[in-house]
Amino acid sequence: MTLATQSNSEPNRRDFLYFATGAVGAVGAAAVAWPLVDQMNPDASTLALASIELDISSIEVGQSVTVKWRGKPVFVRRRTQSEIEEAKAVPLSDLKDPASDAERVKEGHEEWLVMIGVCTHLGCIPVGEAGDYNGWFCPCHGSHYDTAGRIRKGPAPENLIVPDYEFTSDTVIKIG
Amino acid sequence: MAHQSNYKPNSGFEKWMDERLPIIRLGYDSFVDFPSPKNLNYWWTFGAILAIFLVLQIVTGVVLAMHYTPHVDLAFNSVEHIRRDVNWGRYIQSAHANGASFFFFAVYVHIFRGLYYGSYKAPREVLWILGCTIFLLMMATAFMGYVLPWGQMSFWAATVITNFFSAIPVVGDSIKTLLVGGFAVDNPTLNRFFSLHYLLPFMLVGIVALHIWALHVPGNGNPTGVEVKSKADTVPFHPYLTMKDLFAVLVIMIPFAWFVFFAPDILGHPDNYIPANPLVTPPHIVPEWYFLPFYAILRAIDFNVGPIDSKLGGVIMMFGSIVVWFFVPWLDRSKVRSGAFRPMFRWFYWVWVISFIGLTYLGAQPAEGVYLFFAKLCTAYYFLYFLVILPFLPNIETTKPLPASISESVLAKSAPKAAE
Repeated sequence: MTLATQSNSEPNRRDFLYFATGAVGAVGAAAVAWPLVDQMNPDASTLALASIELDISSIEVGQSVTVKWRGKPVFVRRRTQSEIEEAKAVPLSDLKDPASDAERVKEGHEEWLVMIGVCTHLGCIPVGEAGDYNGWFCPCHGSHYDTAGRIRKGPAPENLIVPDYEFTSDTVIKIG
Repeated sequence: MAHQSNYKPNSGFEKWMDERLPIIRLGYDSFVDFPSPKNLNYWWTFGAILAIFLVLQIVTGVVLAMHYTPHVDLAFNSVEHIRRDVNWGRYIQSAHANGASFFFFAVYVHIFRGLYYGSYKAPREVLWILGCTIFLLMMATAFMGYVLPWGQMSFWAATVITNFFSAIPVVGDSIKTLLVGGFAVDNPTLNRFFSLHYLLPFMLVGIVALHIWALHVPGNGNPTGVEVKSKADTVPFHPYLTMKDLFAVLVIMIPFAWFVFFAPDILGHPDNYIPANPLVTPPHIVPEWYFLPFYAILRAIDFNVGPIDSKLGGVIMMFGSIVVWFFVPWLDRSKVRSGAFRPMFRWFYWVWVISFIGLTYLGAQPAEGVYLFFAKLCTAYYFLYFLVILPFLPNIETTKPLPASISESVLAKSAPKAAE
């Protein structure tokens, strides 16, 4: 009661202690909350699986293999000549997410299409050599991708994602 | 509680307790003496049915957790182990899985009752909002529970639903990674979903307690929408409504028993008996039936609107279809509470119910051709109902005269029979 009746226009020592205590409490609560949230992010063992190497010498023309990388499938397809020509012939203006065929492959290795096999709509795995554009077709919500893995029809917003990868030799690729 | 307490401690122990923790008084005032409108119909029994199913889900769930293993290599087999080896396990698992369906059936009836009789109107807005929150938590709990058996449908449901968050601009992918704990749905996802699936039902119990508290401040609504005016309009909760609720619970237990004992898997999907495979998506993925209307709305948006692409648009509309419920108390501008006295509203209401059931059907069909057309039509009406019809219908609607009181309405109904 005595506190309420004391009116003092100048901030005093008690005011300072009041705000300092409140501020330390708030910062402390935030500092404790962050680890409790961040523990949900990918852990060290998940991050350790970040890159893989793949020998592609045994893949024939027109054949695809699927490898698992970071828990997701990666499609490695050795495209036929007609598929490459089909992809090159598409004008960029026809594309929802414009990208030329050259941007989808590595220079000098245009036979090889390496993509994360996860539909950019809601994460299902598209089926290969299917759909209206002879590329991939996602059975979940009906997205069609062409022979360069570009979205052509359906709800997916983007092309199938090309991961970071490189040719360490003519027959070996390193993904990630 | 809002009404006058009539509790009289009888024994010495009750008097001693009442001066220290008046919990017996709380129970007596809330569930024995509580004055309830005497014209409540059977649509009002679904609250009690829901309470019973929440308890049933928690009890069966706690028991199942004693035998379940949340690991990607063991989860699927541990559920089969429950169904084959654990004493009574096949019935407990079946009661839990089918209990979720009955829980949702009952909650839809409960919500639709509220929408018809205007239960959300002042002074019951907070009660309604708590109910909408309960529904959202129920959805999250049911979804995470469905992931636990780690079958193909479990895995792909987890993948599709966590990907909803990746539609959020800029921070979406980080949020998705945080939720699943990796680059794709995997063991960390299963572990945390198990933890949260165990936690959320207890949070539900807490919000249900607030929901009942918020109900007991203004008291029940009733089919006439006219507030209780005197003691003559009410009956005590016990025995009148305890017994009526119990009767309704026993009636709904009959179909429930049929599902549990004779058709445990009829509501499930065969693909969920294939262990989860991250490299193959089943050709036709569908959620559980109780999510189908919202799934149909998600898929109905297959076009871009300005800067919003179809994916984000679908997710916005799907979440928006529930978010709009929170605003219903302010969207409906009619002064008359009950749909029984609103001749035009009733038509629009029933068309809305039909379109909701239509969306349930369409959500299970492929997203193409005529199905997609009707899904768009039903989605459009769904939002039209809340955003245009509820606010503007009162401008042109002539409502029927309201009875002076609940008692008068009850007597008017029974009078012609008495004269015979």
